[in-house]
Amino acid sequence: MAETNKVIMLGNEAIARGAYEAGVKVSAAYPGTPSTEISEYLVQYKDSLYCEWSPNEKVATEVAVGASLAGTRAMACMKHVGFNVAADPAYSVSYMGVNGGLVIVVADDPGLYSSQNEQDTRMVARAAKLPVLEPSDSAEAKEYMKLAFALSEKFDRPFVYRTTTRLAHSQGIVELADRQEIPDKEYIKNIQKTVMMPVNAKMRHVEIEKRNSELAQAADTLSINRVEMNDTKVGVITSGIPYQYVKEAMPEASVLKLGMVNPLPRKLIEEFAAQVEKLYIVEELDPVIEEQVKSWGIEAVGKEIFTVQGEYSANMLREAVLKEELSIKEPAKAPGRPPILCPGCPHRSVYHVLNKLKLHAAGDIGCYTLGAVAPLSVVDTTMCMGSSISTLHGMEKAKGKEYIKDWVAVIGDSTFLHTGVNSLMNMTYNHATGTVLILDNSTTGMTGHQDHAATGKTLQGDPTYAIDIPALCRSLGVKNVAEVNAFDIEALEKTVKEELKKDEVSVIITKSPCVLLSKAKKPLYAAHTDKCKKCGMCMKPGCPAMTKNGDGTVRIDDTMCTGCGLCESLCKFGAIELVKEGDR
Amino acid sequence: MATKNIMIVGVGGQGTLLTSRVLGGLATLGGYDVKLSEVHGMAQRGGSVVTFVRYGEKVAEPIVEEGQADVIIAFERLEALRYAHFLKKDGALIVNDWRIDPMPVVIGAAEYPEGILKTLEKEHKVYVVNATEESKKLGNPRVFNLIVLGIAAQHMDFTREQWYEVIEKTVPPKTVEINKKAFDVGYQL
Repeated sequence: MAETNKVIMLGNEAIARGAYEAGVKVSAAYPGTPSTEISEYLVQYKDSLYCEWSPNEKVATEVAVGASLAGTRAMACMKHVGFNVAADPAYSVSYMGVNGGLVIVVADDPGLYSSQNEQDTRMVARAAKLPVLEPSDSAEAKEYMKLAFALSEKFDRPFVYRTTTRLAHSQGIVELADRQEIPDKEYIKNIQKTVMMPVNAKMRHVEIEKRNSELAQAADTLSINRVEMNDTKVGVITSGIPYQYVKEAMPEASVLKLGMVNPLPRKLIEEFAAQVEKLYIVEELDPVIEEQVKSWGIEAVGKEIFTVQGEYSANMLREAVLKEELSIKEPAKAPGRPPILCPGCPHRSVYHVLNKLKLHAAGDIGCYTLGAVAPLSVVDTTMCMGSSISTLHGMEKAKGKEYIKDWVAVIGDSTFLHTGVNSLMNMTYNHATGTVLILDNSTTGMTGHQDHAATGKTLQGDPTYAIDIPALCRSLGVKNVAEVNAFDIEALEKTVKEELKKDEVSVIITKSPCVLLSKAKKPLYAAHTDKCKKCGMCMKPGCPAMTKNGDGTVRIDDTMCTGCGLCESLCKFGAIELVKEGDR
Repeated sequence: MATKNIMIVGVGGQGTLLTSRVLGGLATLGGYDVKLSEVHGMAQRGGSVVTFVRYGEKVAEPIVEEGQADVIIAFERLEALRYAHFLKKDGALIVNDWRIDPMPVVIGAAEYPEGILKTLEKEHKVYVVNATEESKKLGNPRVFNLIVLGIAAQHMDFTREQWYEVIEKTVPPKTVEINKKAFDVGYQL
C-alpha cells in the first residue's frame, strides 16, 4: 500500500518518483547540473529498478535504448549539453522507435547557473524529430513522466522530457501513488525496425513522419494541452515554468498551457488564437512555439518584447505586457561573489604550481574551470567535456611541439573517463608530445560527488572494479605516467618541468580526494601576526579562509580552514602553524 | 492568507539548502501550498546563493522578486546588502553578523563595504546576531543557521513545537539535539 499523503518534493525528486511509479526498470545517466539529483533520488527504489552512472550521456542513452528494445520501460537523464553527446543515438533511435517506453530526460539551464551555453533542447529534439513533454511544477513533473512512458508506447516514439533549472531545483507539493507494474513486452526480431542501414532507415523515415503527424493530431485533445479561458482581451500560449510567471502576473488572462511542446497542437492553437484579441507567446530561450505559430499565419507577440536570454519572471511580464511601472529599488553597490575553489581544494595547490611556472592550460568542464579566474589565472580554454586534451593536440599540430612547451591540458578524473580518454588515444596515435594533467579527486566534484568508473562504487552503492587510471593511460601508449600528491608542491613542480621537456606524451596524475568528501576531523592552521612579514606569499593561491588584517598581516578563518597546509608550505617565516591536529 | 515570501541568502556551503528544507517542511506541516527554489551546482562553490520559499493558499511562481520579500534571512553581511532591495516595505531582515570576503576582496580588486549594518538599518527593520560566535559556544559552528532561523521564527506564524517537529525530521539524527538548542538560542533572543 502506497502512502497517500502529499509530500514536498524537488522537481528532480518528483521526476524520479514519476519514473518509479511508471514502472521504469532501467535508468542510466551521467551527472550534470541541473539533472543530477534525478538519479540520486531514483536509487532509493533500487529494489524495484536498476539505475547506473554511465561514463557519458551517449552510453547512458544507448543503455536505455537496449533496455527499451528488450521490452522494459527505460530512461536516460542528462543536462542539455549532455544531450549533444547523446545526439548520435538520439537521432537514430528516433527512427527505430521503441519496444518498452523510452524517455530521455534533458535539463536546460536558462540563466546559465552551471553551464557553458544556453542551448534550447526543444530545438535539438525538433531536429531529431522527437516529441517533447515539459512540466511546470513538481506535481506535473511526476505525472508527466508516467504520461511520457504511456505515449511513448502508444505512438512507438522515444520521448524527450524537457526540464529547466528552475523546475529541477524548485520544490512543490506532490501526491504519491503506487508503482504500476508494467509487464515486459515481448522482444520480436525485426531488423527493418532496429537495423538502421540505408534501406531500412529510408522506410523508417516515412514511418516516423506518419507517427509524428498522428501524434500532432492527438495533441489537440491531449489533456496536458489545456485552455484556461478567462478574459479574452489577452491570450497567452506558454509552457513549463514560464506558465507560473504568467499565472502570477496575469491571473485574468486566458491561457493555453502546453504540456507537449513538440509536436504542437495546431488546431487547438488556431481555435485559441481566434478567441482572444491579442495573443502573446511566453517561452524562455528560443522562439520554438512562436516561429511555428507565426508560420501558420497567426498574429502573435513574442520575442519582439521578450528576451531569448536567461530566465523570465512575473515582474518581467508585468513590465513587458502590462506596461506596469514597478517601483523596484536599485540594488546596493556590493562587490560580486563569484564561485571559487573551496578552502582545502587540491586543485588550488596544482594551479598554484602551474601559475608559478607561468604555464597556460587548456581546461575542461568541472570545478577546476574555476582556475581560469584571478588569482590563479591558469586556465585559458573551457569548451566542453573532454576537450582540453584535444585542444592542446590541435595547438601542437598547428604550431609545432616547441609552441606547447608552456602549455598543459588539465582535466578531472570523471571528465577524463567521460570523453577525455578518446582524446588521449588520439595524442599517442598521432605523434603528440603534450603534457596532460589529470586532477584526480576521486569523484565527480562540481555536480555534488557522484561515483564514476574509477571510484570502485556504483550508483546503487555496490563495490565494483575501479578503473586504474595510470594503467589505462599506459595501455593507450603513454610511456610517461607520473603520479604526484596534489599538495606536494615541490614534487609537482619538479615533475611538471621534467615532463614538459620530453618530446613524448606525458600524463601527470595529481592525486588527492575532494576536500568535501572526507568526513574526518580536519586539522587547523593559524597565523602568528608577530612573525608575519606581510609578504603576501600565502595569499597568492586565493584561499577563501585567508584574509588580511588592517595592518597587512594575515588571518585564517577557523570556521573555513580545512587544514590542507598549502599556506604553511608557502610561508618562509614560520608564521603559519598547525594549531589543531586532525585525523589525517 | 496572502502568500508569504521568504528568502535565505548566503555564501555557497553555508547550509542554505538545509535551512530551506526546514522552512519547506514547516509550510507543508501548516497545510499550506508551498514552493521553494534552490541553487545547486557551480554557484554553490563559495558563490553568492539565494533560496526562495513561498507559502500560502495557492502558490504559482517559485521565486521571490524584488520588493516582495516578507523576511530575508542573511547568513553573511555582504549578502544581506546585496539582496536587501528584495524586501517589502516593513519586511524583516535578519543578519548573521559575519564577514566572508569574496575573491575580488581577497585579491584586492574590491573593498568589503564598511558599515553595512548601519546602511541597512536606515531603510529596513534589521535584526542582528553573531550566530557564528554563538554557535561556537554551543560547540559546533555549523549550527549557526538554526540560530538565525530561531530569530526568523519570531517573524513567522508557526509554533515552537512545529519548528521542533520539522527540525527533527530534517537534520541528521545525530545532530537533532544541538540543532534544537541552536534554534532556541535564536528564538529567545
